[in-house]
Amino acid sequence: MRSASDILNAHRGDPTRLVQILRDAQHACGNWLPARVLSEIARGLGLPRARVEGVAGFYAFLNLKPVGRFRVLVSDNVTDRFAGSAETCGALCQRLGVKRGHVRSDGRVSVDFTSCTGLCDQGPALLVNGLAIPQVTGERLDQVVRLIEADTPVDEWPADLRRVQDGVRLQGPVLGATLEPGAALHRVLHASPDDVLATLKDSKLRGRGGAGFPVATKWETCRTAPGDSVVVCNADEGEPGTFKDRALLMRRADLVVEGMTIAARFTGATQGFIYLRGEYEFLLPHLNEVLSKRRAAKLLGTGICGDRGFDFDVDVHLGAGAYVCGEETALLESLEGKRGVPRHRPPFPVTHGYLGRPTTVNNVETYADAAVIFGLGLEAWKALGTEQSSGSKLLSIAGDVERPGIFEVPWGTTVREVLKLAGAGSVKAVQVGGPSGELISPKELDRRIAFEDLPCAGAIAVFNESRDLLEVVVNYAHFFAHESCGFCTPCRVGTHVATRSLDKLRQGRGSSAELAELGTLTRLLRDTSHCGLGNTAPNAWRHYLDKFPDDLARRLQAGFVPAFDVDAALVAARTARGETP
Amino acid sequence: MTAKVRVATTSLAGCFGCHMSFLDIDERILPLLERVTLDRSPLTDQKHAGPCAVGLVEGGVCNEDNLHVLREFRAQCQVLVAVGACAINGGLPAQRNHFEVGDLLRRVYTEEPGLTRRVVPDDPELPLLFDKVRPLHELVKVDYFIPGCPPPAEAFWAFLSDLLDGKEPRLPKGAIRYD
Repeated sequence: MRSASDILNAHRGDPTRLVQILRDAQHACGNWLPARVLSEIARGLGLPRARVEGVAGFYAFLNLKPVGRFRVLVSDNVTDRFAGSAETCGALCQRLGVKRGHVRSDGRVSVDFTSCTGLCDQGPALLVNGLAIPQVTGERLDQVVRLIEADTPVDEWPADLRRVQDGVRLQGPVLGATLEPGAALHRVLHASPDDVLATLKDSKLRGRGGAGFPVATKWETCRTAPGDSVVVCNADEGEPGTFKDRALLMRRADLVVEGMTIAARFTGATQGFIYLRGEYEFLLPHLNEVLSKRRAAKLLGTGICGDRGFDFDVDVHLGAGAYVCGEETALLESLEGKRGVPRHRPPFPVTHGYLGRPTTVNNVETYADAAVIFGLGLEAWKALGTEQSSGSKLLSIAGDVERPGIFEVPWGTTVREVLKLAGAGSVKAVQVGGPSGELISPKELDRRIAFEDLPCAGAIAVFNESRDLLEVVVNYAHFFAHESCGFCTPCRVGTHVATRSLDKLRQGRGSSAELAELGTLTRLLRDTSHCGLGNTAPNAWRHYLDKFPDDLARRLQAGFVPAFDVDAALVAARTARGETP
Repeated sequence: MTAKVRVATTSLAGCFGCHMSFLDIDERILPLLERVTLDRSPLTDQKHAGPCAVGLVEGGVCNEDNLHVLREFRAQCQVLVAVGACAINGGLPAQRNHFEVGDLLRRVYTEEPGLTRRVVPDDPELPLLFDKVRPLHELVKVDYFIPGCPPPAEAFWAFLSDLLDGKEPRLPKGAIRYD
């Protein structure tokens, strides 16, 4: 077993690697972090003990209390729900003889839910000690139970059980790119920064993580900011229902790193990071292999492409289960080994990012797109898309469709066309862009996926006539309440208060009082939260209340109803008195 | 002269500290009483509320009698106000929410040393405890919340003055307290 000092040495005693150190330490300590180990790490890094525990306490995948030696987490995204995740979780608990959220008495196993694991097209999915297991029903569920009871370490489980499909259903210029490694980079190598900038501007490439910020502006600001710049790839694909970066990293990781290298060439960065969400730990060996190959081919490292002075390398950091780390400043905090609490902006990362240095943070897809633009040329790129949204977009489609998976479509495609591609039948609603995006009704299917109309970072969840939309909205609300980082009060408290009103509505106990409360919370969260998490948390319920009045009306009570069953709440005291309840 | 406005007050699972703080408006109670008639209140010892414009309720709901009183207030008062930490969040009494109420009753009344009669009190006069202490808004519609433990006298004064003047009540910044 590795000792704390071995682990610290492996990470060069670097406090910015604290999240990575804690992950390794937990792995070495049987899936949790005893107080003694936290103290050793704090001493070894010269950090206050409280700082180390504060970081460990922040991330859902770092455990300050013992969990099972097999920690089974069932993905709780609403599409997993509809695929039977609750049944899978119930069956696992029953077969393994453990109560959800508890550790079995022999310490072998614990089972609980976790936020969306990005396997919505292959649900219901599990993470077992961090590794993804898709489609856990029937025989595969039996197999999981047997392997746990046989105490087989998860990295020795059959490859077939652990195999994640890339899920690509429709290729476009990015997923279908046949560029040789280095092809795009070579075109940039001898171009002047002005030419590169002109190409980027002309391409109208905008960030693919959701905000759609123009890439040319971001890269140029970073290039001209004083200091050693850094290139960061945001692979913390946490928005429930989004799994397109998973496919991109499985199939086109080289293209992504190539895009990062182009960004480094342009901005002068020598250091790069891929911040990979903890749920995608299964991709780590593959990514490291891609990086090694590129180093061997002189496409990474020192003297890239034989150009002395062009040095750049990429390190993969794993997250540890925190949705908010997809927010770029929270991601940078996490990269620096801290709690993933979003920073105040401005200053923006382009001038003051990782360790205060100018930092280009872009989504996985953005880097791949940049490589395609330089590799295949502007014309092919500009032939696709709309005025303000150039090129293609990767969509991850899940829910009630015949062909869930990844579809690369030109920007400007209508929702109706997208649904046809994926084989949707009767549609009650579509969630575009995940819980923080927009819930649309069947009347809106001719809207276009584009920055001009329906912006989308990738997630499309389809719900058919049989689904309870309020269950969807309640699931999303609980997701935000769980993932709120707790830094600002409007979000920390508001997201929780909202779940109470929504739960009440779902139980048929709601009235106009709850609607008024949700209206107040919508304004409060949108206007006063510290970051985008709180700002967008009300979207789903707001759209539901606005766009599905009939669905809502049949659930509303005429007058105020208590939040709980008053008589049932008296039973315990009656019993203690010896009365028959 | 315009008719006086009727105001009722009560303390449920509270400590009467909010009422004491209300009385800290000191001599301003005289001009207040020129505009207000106190209905049911510990200050009048009136046992039931009649139709009122305003009801001020301190304390959370810990037993069925609390609920009964709260429902009477809701039925009689046009504007119902949750006053103080316990009414809004359950407050100190809600510390018992971490335990199972049946266990608590048995532990306290049958297992603690020094008891002569080891039985959970079962007199029908005693109101039954709820499994948890709850804030008012989980049981009835609440119109306004005045936070604080207790809210300062200034909060009561500002709130009632605004309401009597026909204005939307707004607490001055220093009067909004969470301790």
